[in-house]
Amino acid sequence: MSGSGSIHHLKSREFSTLYPSALENVELRGALAFGTKLVSNRRDNTVAAVDDWQDLRDRASAIKADVMSNLDHYLETFEQQAQAVGTHVHWASTPAEARSIITGIAQQHGASLAVKSKSMVSEEIGLNEALEQSGVRPVETDLGEWIVQIANETPSHIVAPALHRSREDVRELFARVLQRPMPEDAEGLTEVARLELRQAFADADIGISGANFLVAETGSFLVLENEGNIRMTTSLPRVHIALVGIEKVLPRLSDLDVFLRLIGRSGTGQKLTSYQTLVTGPRRRADDDGPDEIHVVLLDNSRSSLLGNAVTAQTLGCIRCGACLNTCPVYRQIGGHAYGSVYPGPIGAILTPQLAGLHEASQLPFASSLCGACRDVCPVKIDIPEVLLHLRARSVEEGPSARDAVTNKKIRQQGGGFRMWSWAMRSPWRYRMAGRVARTMAWLAIRVPLVGRCAGPLRGWTAGRSLPSPPRRSFRSEMARRRSERRS
Amino acid sequence: MNVAFFASCLIDQFRPDVGLAAVDVLERCGCTVIFDERQTCCGQPAFNSGHHAEARDVCQRAIHLLHEQVVQQGCEAIVCPSGSCAAMLHHAAGLLQGDDADMAASVASHVHELGSFLVDVLDRTDVEADWSGRVTWHDACHGLRDLGIRDQPRLLLNKVRGLELVEATTCDRCCGFGGTFSVSMPGISLAMADEKLDELEGLGVDAVVSGDVSCLMQLEGRLRDRGSSIRGLHLAEILASRGAGS
Ligand code: SF4
Repeated sequence: MSGSGSIHHLKSREFSTLYPSALENVELRGALAFGTKLVSNRRDNTVAAVDDWQDLRDRASAIKADVMSNLDHYLETFEQQAQAVGTHVHWASTPAEARSIITGIAQQHGASLAVKSKSMVSEEIGLNEALEQSGVRPVETDLGEWIVQIANETPSHIVAPALHRSREDVRELFARVLQRPMPEDAEGLTEVARLELRQAFADADIGISGANFLVAETGSFLVLENEGNIRMTTSLPRVHIALVGIEKVLPRLSDLDVFLRLIGRSGTGQKLTSYQTLVTGPRRRADDDGPDEIHVVLLDNSRSSLLGNAVTAQTLGCIRCGACLNTCPVYRQIGGHAYGSVYPGPIGAILTPQLAGLHEASQLPFASSLCGACRDVCPVKIDIPEVLLHLRARSVEEGPSARDAVTNKKIRQQGGGFRMWSWAMRSPWRYRMAGRVARTMAWLAIRVPLVGRCAGPLRGWTAGRSLPSPPRRSFRSEMARRRSERRS
Repeated sequence: MNVAFFASCLIDQFRPDVGLAAVDVLERCGCTVIFDERQTCCGQPAFNSGHHAEARDVCQRAIHLLHEQVVQQGCEAIVCPSGSCAAMLHHAAGLLQGDDADMAASVASHVHELGSFLVDVLDRTDVEADWSGRVTWHDACHGLRDLGIRDQPRLLLNKVRGLELVEATTCDRCCGFGGTFSVSMPGISLAMADEKLDELEGLGVDAVVSGDVSCLMQLEGRLRDRGSSIRGLHLAEILASRGAGS
């Protein structure tokens, strides 16, 4: 049974009220248009310069498919190899287990301050709140993530957490929180954040990160970034904890060659991120730096329930590059917060309901025109529209238990309509009648505005769109006329 | 060549001129067009909304009829002036089971979207059309991404006498139609259309041309509401033209 996990602060049931207010937020839409266009253009240009791009995608997709078919095996190998180099490996089947493992480690070391680098899994389980409750102050060290933290928000993008904020916005926020005037330019603001964070790095008892990949063969984990804060998070504090979803494991170190060429280009339009930190066990005697103790916490949270089905298992191949968000015409209009989940956009629309349960996020798979732009850019070739269609069908087939109230109402209304439609479409005679009715309705709606505003699906259409003026005769009757003319 | 024509329900009921134009172009290119009046819809609206049981019945019926045309009426190709419905016929095998799925796979191998049929099968880019005006092309999503149709319509349009084709940077961005999506989440759907139309209105074009009537209804409906004079035209309407213009 899929989707029995949970996502922290999930509000996807409120999608139908969240997205209209996002559409009305002019500032948000400006920041979104600017940010998504910038990054997706960069991505397109960088990708266009790679001759074997499609080949790389095929290889990545094949590696991920192999991993999902043999996940147990690769995870066990990872555990053995990681233990062999001195890393502690923990298994958490639920967010609550993961939280208590991590707060347990922190308490054991008497930690009061933790520096964190950007981790979506940490958002998924609500780690910051749990740390605070156990007396540990978490400080986000990724610039975007820090902005979101001091603004008391959640990230709106899986790669650029503060994409919803303009630079001006950030400047005002910094000035308000730090209570002093702020520089105008992005570099100046970055410098302010860097200085604020420097002390935290010096004082932190533990470092917490996510990981982009786990390598089974060597028991290592890899984290990618541009700011250098992850390098410091993983090397300065005495204890390091990496919180990682089980799907992130790769069989071999050499697999990274494929994924490193894909992920930077897809995510930010960079050939390679500025830093790649590969961590293989704690500091050894000869090492200059590095933590004395390393823990990897492997989180399931319902991920394993997606494995049984080839359509849903694709979801786990995601490397969280964010390309599908940047290109998605829906995300570009409403932004990440409207999805009500830490995982927004196309990947969020399939991942959220599959982790937390369809009933918790059943509107999301319907929030798509099925344009397929996400599938085109996905570096691991996840057929997101196929998964969206699968989830829509499940919402219909599994009944009210697989829907929220909004979806339930919609499906019940549409269900009746589609049953009638199906009956009409199965006979040419009934079809002709139905066509005539539809054309008459459109004809009426154009002339009598009240009809357009009241009649079922017409209402959704006429808000902002004119109706096509319907022809008197259908194509088939024109064709019949032509035939008889030609005969005579 | 005998060609089975799959009109699509939307063209049949709301844009018959597009269907007739497509037939004209096919006949001009030497095809014998056979339209089976028993056909209705491909099943896509229900399929995309998750109502697979209802979609299956309708789709199965379409597949049976088209299969009959191929096997009994000797149709060598099935041509549809909609990339979206052509794509649905391509996916039908996944929705149906057993013999029906096999039949659907065989039907799918004969199905072509109009523009791609002219260029890829008939090897024609010049269909002797004459239409004066400035237009831009809108890549309908399913034609573009499911069927790989990008160059074919552009090749065809570039050979039309009097026509000037200008490209929009948003040419391959979704118009926001998406079937029931357009009426169940109209705010997002309209915002998507507007992103394209903001650019289109600056291009100084007479018309936006596409291979799907559903996109045209969306774009044209929104254009009219915005008070724009830009028209929405189907590729077939331009290709059928012998001298009228914008
Ligand atoms: S689904 Fe694909 S494109 Fe989207 S974030 Fe994941 S890997 Fe990137």
